[in-house]
Amino acid sequence: MLKIQSLSVHYGGIHALQGIDLTVPEGKIVTLIGANGAGKSTTLRSIVGLVKPTSGKVLLHDAVISGKATQDIVQMGLVLVPEGRRIFSNLTVEENLLLGAYARSDKKGVLKDLSHVYDLFPRLKERRMQKGGTLSGGEQQMLAVGRGLMSRPKLLMMDEPSLGLAPLIAKMIFEIITQINAEGTTVLLVEQNAKAALEVADYGYVLETGRITLQGKGRDLLMDDRVRKAYLGEAQ
Amino acid sequence: MTLSLLFQHIVNALSLGSLYALIAIGYTMVYGILRLINFAHGDVFMLGAYVAFYMMTLLSLPWWVALLVAIVFTAFFGIGLERVAYRPLRDSPRISIMISAIAASFLLESLAVLIFGGRPKGVPVPDVLSRVIHFGSVSMIVISLIIPLFTFALLAVLLWIVNKTKTGMAMRAVSTDIEAARLMAVDVNKVVSFTFGIGSLLAAFGGIMWSFKYPQLNPLMGVMPGLKCFIAAVIGGIGSISGAVLGGFLLGIIEIMTVAFLPTLSGYRDAFAFILLIVVLLVKPTGLLGKRQAEKV
Ligand SMILES: Nc1ncnc2c1ncn2[C@@H]1O[C@H](COP(=O)(O)OP(=O)(O)OP(=O)(O)O)[C@@H](O)[C@H]1O
Ligand SMILES: [Mg+2]
Repeated sequence: MLKIQSLSVHYGGIHALQGIDLTVPEGKIVTLIGANGAGKSTTLRSIVGLVKPTSGKVLLHDAVISGKATQDIVQMGLVLVPEGRRIFSNLTVEENLLLGAYARSDKKGVLKDLSHVYDLFPRLKERRMQKGGTLSGGEQQMLAVGRGLMSRPKLLMMDEPSLGLAPLIAKMIFEIITQINAEGTTVLLVEQNAKAALEVADYGYVLETGRITLQGKGRDLLMDDRVRKAYLGEAQ
Repeated sequence: MTLSLLFQHIVNALSLGSLYALIAIGYTMVYGILRLINFAHGDVFMLGAYVAFYMMTLLSLPWWVALLVAIVFTAFFGIGLERVAYRPLRDSPRISIMISAIAASFLLESLAVLIFGGRPKGVPVPDVLSRVIHFGSVSMIVISLIIPLFTFALLAVLLWIVNKTKTGMAMRAVSTDIEAARLMAVDVNKVVSFTFGIGSLLAAFGGIMWSFKYPQLNPLMGVMPGLKCFIAAVIGGIGSISGAVLGGFLLGIIEIMTVAFLPTLSGYRDAFAFILLIVVLLVKPTGLLGKRQAEKV
């Protein structure tokens, strides 16, 4: 579905991505793990056009999308739940969710998805008229995920969705990821929590200072010694 | 002071406050969305008044047709101004876009001198608007009543757009976090154009009403009201629409009332805005209704 070909990104003098290749097959969950500053967020941000790559291409169903405007890419169904939640703090919870569906014109479908999101996160329903900025961190993360779902993405990209969440809520987020994937949404997941990510993922990539150093089936990477040592915090 | 005189002062204060509020909204909306102080906004106000003037005199259109044409023209002019002077610099350092705004302001003033002429022009105020009406012992010019009425109607529509429509929701989203709004497939350029359009429309309406109330045009007529209304927006809390309205009315009321009750100070009437600004900022640096906002990066 999505292909990244020798993608390079510079920030001024910093060579943040040094020619990475990555494929996300339709219907799968793919995860991208790596240390802080490895370039994970940069990868996702270049896919949605928030960062302009210096070279390389992003292809969606074999059509080049790099260089297009973000709103056009999002309209094609590539949706990013950004790092750090990025909730609209002065809008109500419900308005935040409706903004997720901004590009959609099927009113009925939007309302249906709204109640679906409220079923997933009853907490958000209780707080629907509250300003987004007044939510707790975890509630904001739920809102960010819910907002992403409201766009009915074809490919949902999530940048550290479990960050700062209580273990139980984090577990719930991962359950929701497998659930929406089972419902047909392709997922590209960036996570610090490498174990949880590799457990749900069909395929994983390891990113180290702008280069992909390892890749393989989620399960295989979980067993890989280098991964265990560097990202799962296990002694050899 | 008699009651009827007091009543007249109140109406005058409300009508000046309305005009200030209309202009202040343009500053605050643009700032809210782009963190840009549109220094040329006062000149857009001037342009609206001139366009209506020429529609009435050269084309002899009825005043209300001239008003509508001028408002629409000025709205599109504001949209064009953003395209030409601000959009190319949106990702540049903030200081570049500020300088561009100042340049745009000087350019418009100079062009106005060139095209419209530097000599003041007398505005043919329509008879319906300059009529004096009497309520018992109170007599008033129609225009002073019409201005607050129309302003309240426009404000109601504006608040409805901003708070209840999808476009308004997108505007509020863009003003909180441009990048996150992009991720929601919001076309930021469209939202910005829409904002400039609305701000310029309100300024044009204000400019035309101003020229009916104080019937004289000159190319620099937007400078002082522009400055005061920028101050009104800051006093109210820049970025907040209700703040701009509050600031505008406050300024108008204080200005008229001080002149009315302390006529010896009337020579300083233009200074009141600045004094109020300093006082408010000392007490509440974010403005009366402003919230503390993180600088956008
Ligand atoms: N706007 C920017 N300007 C300059 N350098 C940047 C910018 N954004 C990211 N970088 C640099 O690019 C590199 C990759 O950053 P990126 O945010 O993609 O890392 P990451 O893998 O998402 O890290 P984390 O796990 O901490 O979120 C880092 O060295 C970072 O300092
Ligand atoms: Mg990151």
